[in-house]
Amino acid sequence: MGDLAWIFFSSMVVNNFTLMLFLGLCPFLGVSGRLDTALRMGAADMFVLTMTAVAVWFLNAYVLAHVPYLRLIAFIIVIASLVQIVEMVIKKLSPVLFRELGIYLPLITTNCAVLALAIFQTNRGYGLLEGLVFAVGSGAGLTLALLLMASIRESLDLADIPDVARGTALVLFVAGGLSLAFMGFAGLLSSS
Amino acid sequence: MSDELSHLHCGAGGGPVLPGRTVTAQMDLLKGLWRENPVLIQLLGLCPTLAVTNSVANSVVMAGATFFVLVGSSLLVSLLKRFVPNEVRITSYILIIATFVSVAEMGLQALVPEIHKALGAFVALIVVNCIILGRQEAFAGRNPVGRSVLDAVGMGIGFTIALLLMGSVREILGSGTFLGVSLFGPGFEPWVIMVLPPGGFFTLAFVLLTVAWARQRRAARAAAAGRDAAVARRAA
Repeated sequence: MGDLAWIFFSSMVVNNFTLMLFLGLCPFLGVSGRLDTALRMGAADMFVLTMTAVAVWFLNAYVLAHVPYLRLIAFIIVIASLVQIVEMVIKKLSPVLFRELGIYLPLITTNCAVLALAIFQTNRGYGLLEGLVFAVGSGAGLTLALLLMASIRESLDLADIPDVARGTALVLFVAGGLSLAFMGFAGLLSSS
Repeated sequence: MSDELSHLHCGAGGGPVLPGRTVTAQMDLLKGLWRENPVLIQLLGLCPTLAVTNSVANSVVMAGATFFVLVGSSLLVSLLKRFVPNEVRITSYILIIATFVSVAEMGLQALVPEIHKALGAFVALIVVNCIILGRQEAFAGRNPVGRSVLDAVGMGIGFTIALLLMGSVREILGSGTFLGVSLFGPGFEPWVIMVLPPGGFFTLAFVLLTVAWARQRRAARAAAAGRDAAVARRAA
């Protein structure tokens, strides 16, 4: 149990995918303009991450032991098909949710956080349960970073900022600040 | 995946082709260096740009691997474009890219095991680098082989320039060294923050700020020149 909690908090705050490992920066910079879209993106991310964790566990346990050199190709195909299947299922079961998620769902295929999750999970030799906890923790971390960034950007809209600094440069400065803050969590787990 | 997706996510606009101007081989090559630089102007491939640039050596190896994958995939995609059905083209591109990345990863593991370890998962993550998929979708999938390779070489060099810029700034300030050679002597207190994650965000922010400032100045100067010309015409 302690191990699982460790994995959860480690992936959520100490090694936050976005702010510490620079994974999934595209949505972080792209859809963090408004709080509600950020929340939806985070939810979609977490969902796909969890599904990926299960699929990767299956691949590692039953398929890739025999053909290790196909690892990368297998992962990317599985992720791409998984996102398509999830998209079709949601469209069938809940058209409302499908409309809400919109373009964010297919976008996740090329989100490097998902492939990174698959690779980390393999390298660290996580089992099914550990992988699931890792995925939920990472998803929560991504959502947390997105929400923080979106709230800050909504307030920044009203701030008096020189034109030249508006846009990506400003977002990156804010991200740097957030990343600095998250470094404070570094001692959280090592001391226990 | 839809067309909409690749445009939204990978900014895969083919670049403005100005009417009435023939596109030369030189333009195919040079546009990637500055005018359409994948990182500094198009803001693609930011994950590796931030993650592996804490030293110059890491940046060089990462840029080399990406260059290899980009040129190889562009060549193959351009050669195969007649045989790939339109509906499954993005899947095919990703497969081709993943194959080259697997080759690059095994190559690095054999040649520079130390740096391969330092780069960690980021070599494998070249698969989802938007620059590469973006170039296949925007250029290699619809242009002849020669031009596609030139375009890929240009974009690859542009990516290398951006990575080297970031890597140099971060290593010089963060460790006081360049490629491991000490620059300032023992009296220098390194800015440790620059080699840590926040330093990556701050460095890229300053770089993009400088780029935005340079472009704004150029636009202002062009506008002023236009005004002067108009005034001169009216006076004449």
